[in-house]
Amino acid sequence: MTPDAFFALAADLGAGLRGGEVLFCGLDGEDSDFVRLNGGRIRQAGSVHRRTLGLTLIDAGRQVEGGIELGGGPAADRALAGELLARLRERLAHVPVDPYLHFSLESSTGQREVGADLPPAEAVVAALIEAAAGLDLVGIWASGTIHAGLASSLGHRHWHSATSFHLDWSAYLQGDKAVKASWGGLRWEPERLAEQVAAVRARLAVMARAPRTPKPGRYRAYLAPAAVEELMGMLAWDGFDLKSHRTAQTPLLRLVRGERTLSPAVTLVEEHGRGLVPGFTGEGFLLPEAVPLIEAGRFAECLVDARDGCEYGVPVNAAGGAPESLALAAGEIPDAAACERLGDGLYIGNLWYCNWSDRNDCRITGMTRFASFWVERGEIVAPLSVMRFDDSLYHLLGDRLEGLTQGRELILSADTYGGRSTASARLPGILVEGIELAL
Amino acid sequence: MNGFEEIAARFAAQAPAADYWTLRLVAEEGDALAVRQGVPEPSRLTASCGAMVTLVVDGGVGYGATSDLSPAGLRAAAARARHWAREHARHGLFDARLVPRSALRSERRTQVCEPWDGVAIADKLALLHDACAALEIDERIVDAAAWLAYQRVEQWLVTADGGRIVEVQECVEPGLEAVANAGSQTQSRRGGGFDRPRLGGLERLAEARLGEDARRVAEEALALLAAPECPSGVMDLVLMPSQMVLQIHESIGHPLELDRILGDERNYAGTSFVTPEMFGHYRYGSPLLDVTFDPSVAGELASYAADDEGTPAERAYLIRGGILERPLGGRLSQARSGLPGVAAARACGWDRPPIDRMANINLEPGGLSLAALIGGIERGVLMDTNRSWSIDDSRNKFQFGCELGRLIVDGELGGLVRNPGYRGLSAQFWRNLDGVGEAATWEVRGVQNCGKGEPNQSISVGHATPPCRFRDVAVFGGGE
Repeated sequence: MTPDAFFALAADLGAGLRGGEVLFCGLDGEDSDFVRLNGGRIRQAGSVHRRTLGLTLIDAGRQVEGGIELGGGPAADRALAGELLARLRERLAHVPVDPYLHFSLESSTGQREVGADLPPAEAVVAALIEAAAGLDLVGIWASGTIHAGLASSLGHRHWHSATSFHLDWSAYLQGDKAVKASWGGLRWEPERLAEQVAAVRARLAVMARAPRTPKPGRYRAYLAPAAVEELMGMLAWDGFDLKSHRTAQTPLLRLVRGERTLSPAVTLVEEHGRGLVPGFTGEGFLLPEAVPLIEAGRFAECLVDARDGCEYGVPVNAAGGAPESLALAAGEIPDAAACERLGDGLYIGNLWYCNWSDRNDCRITGMTRFASFWVERGEIVAPLSVMRFDDSLYHLLGDRLEGLTQGRELILSADTYGGRSTASARLPGILVEGIELAL
Repeated sequence: MNGFEEIAARFAAQAPAADYWTLRLVAEEGDALAVRQGVPEPSRLTASCGAMVTLVVDGGVGYGATSDLSPAGLRAAAARARHWAREHARHGLFDARLVPRSALRSERRTQVCEPWDGVAIADKLALLHDACAALEIDERIVDAAAWLAYQRVEQWLVTADGGRIVEVQECVEPGLEAVANAGSQTQSRRGGGFDRPRLGGLERLAEARLGEDARRVAEEALALLAAPECPSGVMDLVLMPSQMVLQIHESIGHPLELDRILGDERNYAGTSFVTPEMFGHYRYGSPLLDVTFDPSVAGELASYAADDEGTPAERAYLIRGGILERPLGGRLSQARSGLPGVAAARACGWDRPPIDRMANINLEPGGLSLAALIGGIERGVLMDTNRSWSIDDSRNKFQFGCELGRLIVDGELGGLVRNPGYRGLSAQFWRNLDGVGEAATWEVRGVQNCGKGEPNQSISVGHATPPCRFRDVAVFGGGE
């Protein structure tokens, strides 16, 4: 669907509003190719064409929401959307006034299209299969265009589209011994694929060595950016959401109350201005370029969506309570010196399946996965058996944080639940004096 | 009316040239109501409708999915499916002639006694309002919510061989949550049927007892604030069905998925410690462990007549007397692996292809009452209601946390303990099973957010289980 077609549909719906009704229309769509691989061959391949229309009908302080899939051309779409609007109008009469109804009264417009033409998916997959010959390659290629639109009867007109790809793959040696390579972006660079494959082959050679299985206990560790992303994913789970703070559910409650501290080296920012996610909310609010979340170890601001902003009387600064464009400030450790600074300990390439052990203490458990290594005197000497950790972020990002790397990786989410994610994170690696292994 | 009959007939009459094709049409309707802190949240009506065309062409298989159900939209989807089938023929992992064919004709609908639309929205909101108010019994209850959601899914699977499988499922999901806080300690408790998702209509509300359950939920949240931390150490454990569900799900269900064993999931959901040669003789658990794949349990979330490959679904033992018998794999995975399986190929919606899923995975009842399970423990903990889950990519090293624990001392239930957790290895844990609840303690429950697959898919699966007793488990509590 083009922006013009979406805005025309919204205008048609708006023309049929009655009395003081206000209508917000949102579009979420994708044209995606998904090619799943196993054993260096195609396991499952296909395409998805989806257009989801969301409507919010408002009148006399009441609101109701609805959503449908569009398809079949402008006339059919108008008929479908008109039916949904009629159902919403019927329901609106039966719901009470909503004290937290909150939408932007200032009409605004904007259009952003990021990304460029990508090579055909089949060409990239063929190139990958050829480059990875001899490897037990497994993973997925996902590519195409994602659309997001907003239009209201008050005059809001916004469009965001991104043409992007994600090649999320790993190569297996045997059992669970594997090296992961994840690369998402807006521009395909064939030479970078060759570099990735070469790096994976080199790491797999190390994975062939006899693994080390450390006993439970505390170990020095370097966590690569991909592993740090998993920890940040846990913080994103109610760590910065305003409602979670006001109802004492945030895992950062003790930080906010001054009972615990994070390292002064920890500064977290939600970078809306990165431009990979829409710069507007479903209620028509425009997002600030950046929201400081933690500054030099101290809690700064919450992420505030429209509803929570109204309930608690705080300005809106996000579409939801979880970060979508997180950035962790870089540190002083040269990337190439990370292992040397680690000395003896664990190089953790990836973490997996994290969850709370005790939210009140910001204590997390999870597993090491893929290429994680035992390091001695700054040299990788053996792969690490998968290990369970159980530790508090007040330690890992607090009193046991030794430093962060100078370099940061921009990691685009490979998440495709309900559609291809536009979330991303810009993260350094971190060096910690100790991480508790539990099993 | 979604017009599926007409769409299916039109598609079949002008079927694309292919060695085999399927058209899967899915219509989902949803309604979500909630009251939080006495204020209704915006209600949300949803309707999703789309199709997946799958083609087998020249030894390759591909799919095209679209929300455009017009003739032109389905032709475009078929063209994309053909394109990908050709690429699969060139670079495929297997010969697409292994793709199972189906000529099955069946129709099955969830039995609904009280339809969702039979009660006015104002009455539903009033019910939620009362339940939410009943949670707010103390100023330390800092957040309270009651909710009610409805989902109806209608799927038609039409095949080149004349197959037509119609499945209509309806589900009503009630729930309650109270969050209590004192100082820097926050505890939450959920109830009102939130962890007993079942197929059916509003008759499920009688079982959920939203209003009646609210006081217990709030009182337990408050009591947990003052409860001591769960003790640490190796001790015996009784897991209630509300936790057994996750234990079965993560450390039996997922490891037995055949697509994991075949390696398809290694980049995302993971592999399995179970290997093909284990089937038929591997001791997965103690002789008390009987686990079935059972799509025939009335009301259980993943009860269906046939899977999304068109294979009739029948009850089968996965583990009997503790010995591993068969994996969870549909006919394509069975053909690829040479192993037996079950009708377990399922897709989460019209825009995702079928993969091996759990369906209903049930732990069969044993012979002990709950009192007898507890009575056989000198020192241990009873754990209730999962709140945290984590397991390695081979589904072996696990750790779980629960909302509520109770000490067991000399065969008697003692006081509450907070933040109870335990960890272990799947390959050892089930061998320490030494007590299984009797039929009267067996509860039909399920999980509605089972995630796996690339692209990702989240699906509902059923688990029915009694409470169980395990010996010598590493148990721990909260705090740093």
